[in-house]
Amino acid sequence: MTATAETTAGSRGSQPPVPDGAVTVTVKIRRFNPEIDDEPRWDAFDIPALPSDRVLNLLHHIKWYVDGTLTFRRSCAHGICGSDAMRINGVNRLACKVLLKDLLEKGDKRTTITIEPIKGLPVHKDLLVDMEPFFEAFRAVKPYLVTYGNEPTRERIQSAADRERFDDTTKCILCACCTTSCPVYWTEGSYFGPAAIVNAHRFIFDSRDEGAEERLDILNDIDGVWRCRTTFNCTDACPRGIQVTKAIQEVKRALLFKRV
Amino acid sequence: MQFHKYDVVIIGAGGAGMRAAIESGQRARTAVLTKLYPTRSHTGAAQGGMCAALANVEEDNWEWHTFDTIKGGDYLVDQDAAEIMAKEAIDAVLDLEKMGLPFNRTPEGKIDQRRFGGHTRNHGEAAVRRACYAADRTGHMILQTLYQNCVKHGIEFFNEFYVLDICLTETENGPVCTGAVAYELATGEIHVFQAKSVVFATGGFGKVFKTTSNAHTLTGDGMGIVFRKGLPLEDMEFYQFHPTGLAGLGILLTEGARGEGAILRNASGERFMERYAPTIKDLAPRDIVARSMALEVLEGRGAGPNKDYVLLDCTHLGAEVLETKLPDITEFARTYLAVDPVVEPVPVYPTAHYAMGGIPTNIHGEVLRDNDNVVPGLYAAGECACVSVHGANRLGTNSLLDINVFGRRAGIAAAEYALSRETHVELPENPAAAVEAQVALALSEHGQERVADIRTELQATMDANASVYRTEDTLKTALHDVQALKERYAHISVQDKGKRFNTDLLEAVELGFLLELAEVLVHGALARKESRGGHAREDYPNRDDTNFMRHSMFYKQGDGLSADIRMDYKPVTFTRYKPMERKY
Repeated sequence: MTATAETTAGSRGSQPPVPDGAVTVTVKIRRFNPEIDDEPRWDAFDIPALPSDRVLNLLHHIKWYVDGTLTFRRSCAHGICGSDAMRINGVNRLACKVLLKDLLEKGDKRTTITIEPIKGLPVHKDLLVDMEPFFEAFRAVKPYLVTYGNEPTRERIQSAADRERFDDTTKCILCACCTTSCPVYWTEGSYFGPAAIVNAHRFIFDSRDEGAEERLDILNDIDGVWRCRTTFNCTDACPRGIQVTKAIQEVKRALLFKRV
Repeated sequence: MQFHKYDVVIIGAGGAGMRAAIESGQRARTAVLTKLYPTRSHTGAAQGGMCAALANVEEDNWEWHTFDTIKGGDYLVDQDAAEIMAKEAIDAVLDLEKMGLPFNRTPEGKIDQRRFGGHTRNHGEAAVRRACYAADRTGHMILQTLYQNCVKHGIEFFNEFYVLDICLTETENGPVCTGAVAYELATGEIHVFQAKSVVFATGGFGKVFKTTSNAHTLTGDGMGIVFRKGLPLEDMEFYQFHPTGLAGLGILLTEGARGEGAILRNASGERFMERYAPTIKDLAPRDIVARSMALEVLEGRGAGPNKDYVLLDCTHLGAEVLETKLPDITEFARTYLAVDPVVEPVPVYPTAHYAMGGIPTNIHGEVLRDNDNVVPGLYAAGECACVSVHGANRLGTNSLLDINVFGRRAGIAAAEYALSRETHVELPENPAAAVEAQVALALSEHGQERVADIRTELQATMDANASVYRTEDTLKTALHDVQALKERYAHISVQDKGKRFNTDLLEAVELGFLLELAEVLVHGALARKESRGGHAREDYPNRDDTNFMRHSMFYKQGDGLSADIRMDYKPVTFTRYKPMERKY
């Protein structure tokens, strides 16, 4: 699948007023609509934007005022919901957490921003991919508290230190930035991928949980943690700053030494 | 068209929808229809905490919580509902802990609690530690925990299904809800879901405003659908402005920051809340703090080059408190404003945040069709509903509580009702016809108006004319603008004509709901000639219990987008608390 043509798309009518301080940037987007396209293509849009704009603002500008067919997911627009993971200038990021000022070229050089869908999941349309395989891997690691015996009447007691043990992996928003930055995942879609392991970690190291062995068995599988080649792409990609690779290593160690 | 049959259909997969699904799914055959993936819902953006009188760190009881909720709501709260919520709050928090929610802990390992606006000891003596929290991502943890438990219980989700209509079948006892009609984003297909009961949990409509903490997807679809069916909406003029949005952006900074000791200051560094709420100062309820901030700016004491915001000073809290208890908002300020809260105060201004009003329900989540009768089989919970536990102003943390208490109640009630019916009531004739026509019309060539232009103008007029302070003049301007925009909406053009993931089409549909709800909001605000809670009229600065101690009810008269709105009133339920002057 290679890009076949580069076009600069037209406009859907008069453009809104350009704000003071705006600069013109070129946004190159990898497009694909299986309804009409045989192959993906690149479209380039020259649009005005403020340095304080998020990349999501740029995509909205294009969709709202230039090309309404441009398709992507988004919701909260401040890095909490995990909808708008995409490859921005070759790295996985949330479009709502990247500001234009951090992408601008120095001097008078025109800035070009390249945006592609995240890799390793089938593209449905433009920047919108099929998330089902990703969520399937998540669901497969038993991502919920497993306990046996009677429930206490009040809360379970957990020390602040025990709570801290798995704090990092509770931050996951299931955006798929990590999993779709992993070279192993690109070639072997059956690999659970970093996000599923992060969510297994969140429970394996929770002192209240009694399902660690079941999850470790699942992750000891041929498509489990041993696929990880410690490239750290996932850690770099995580918009929540989770130490993803470290979490995977901790799960590996738990398997090797049979203790959590 | 595809056809499905379930016992219970839940619309929306935020906190209320998934809490309902966990109950309903274990009792009856349940489908959850959601326009997003469940973990994208805006419950995940809630930060500060969820109040319950656990008394883990100091003396507290649910009666004090009830009182605070009623007083916080400026006495427009239905007191029976508030009492239920405060009482069931304790189990709601414990249930979440047992489901796995990783709350912050006390040194003894119990759930830790922090202070929050309007939550007090012994009826207003001082702020009390009542909010159970997980750093400043409590909503994220609730959403994840509920989704995890839906996975555990094998709940069936239909992701990216936009419900655009419900089915009401006329019977000799009035209308009965018999299903829902959805548009599938992936294919453009229409799906009819026949059900014995339907639960709305579709969230708010903050996108009628420009400056808002709400997600792009919060367009009031559920409220809009119900309203178009001729069913009432309640108290829509009461919209909450959260005091601390990042200035100019509206991104939420939790009240939990002030709960941990942060202070609001004006341009001269004065702690101005001491003047407006001498007892609990920065921890006064949101309506009072938002109005005080707006006044500081109006009277020229705002900070910044344009004197158009105030400052949230966290610098004395220290890096450790910020990094451990408030890490996300610390990062938001750094990312979006390039301001480091550890060393400098953060520019903040009120941001449109939460609808107190919505689809009227009783305490079982059953939807009302007038002041006295319910629509059998139809339920609502969470922000889209109005029980009313929030009255004229919601207290911080009470929304996370509301979704858990009333989401659970609605889920149980919907499932039990479904199980009590042997057969499905027949669907009305041609149940998908209205949605098919709506989609076909939107895709047809019938004008050149751009959705983005109409939405931008709507948000601009609502921000300028119907936000923290309102007057007869500004509201009339807003009403005029919204009605003109509705006329233009009849000529919108959708550029994407495809069937596959047509988000261009759905933005147009969502704008229709926004316009409808904005008009109801403004209509109600014009009619309510008093100031109460989140509704502040400069021309009627006092609360008027003689004429307005009652809920507003709005009915759509007829079918078209420009149909008239009929207003009625509904009495407030009182149990033990007499209205008093509201001082903090």
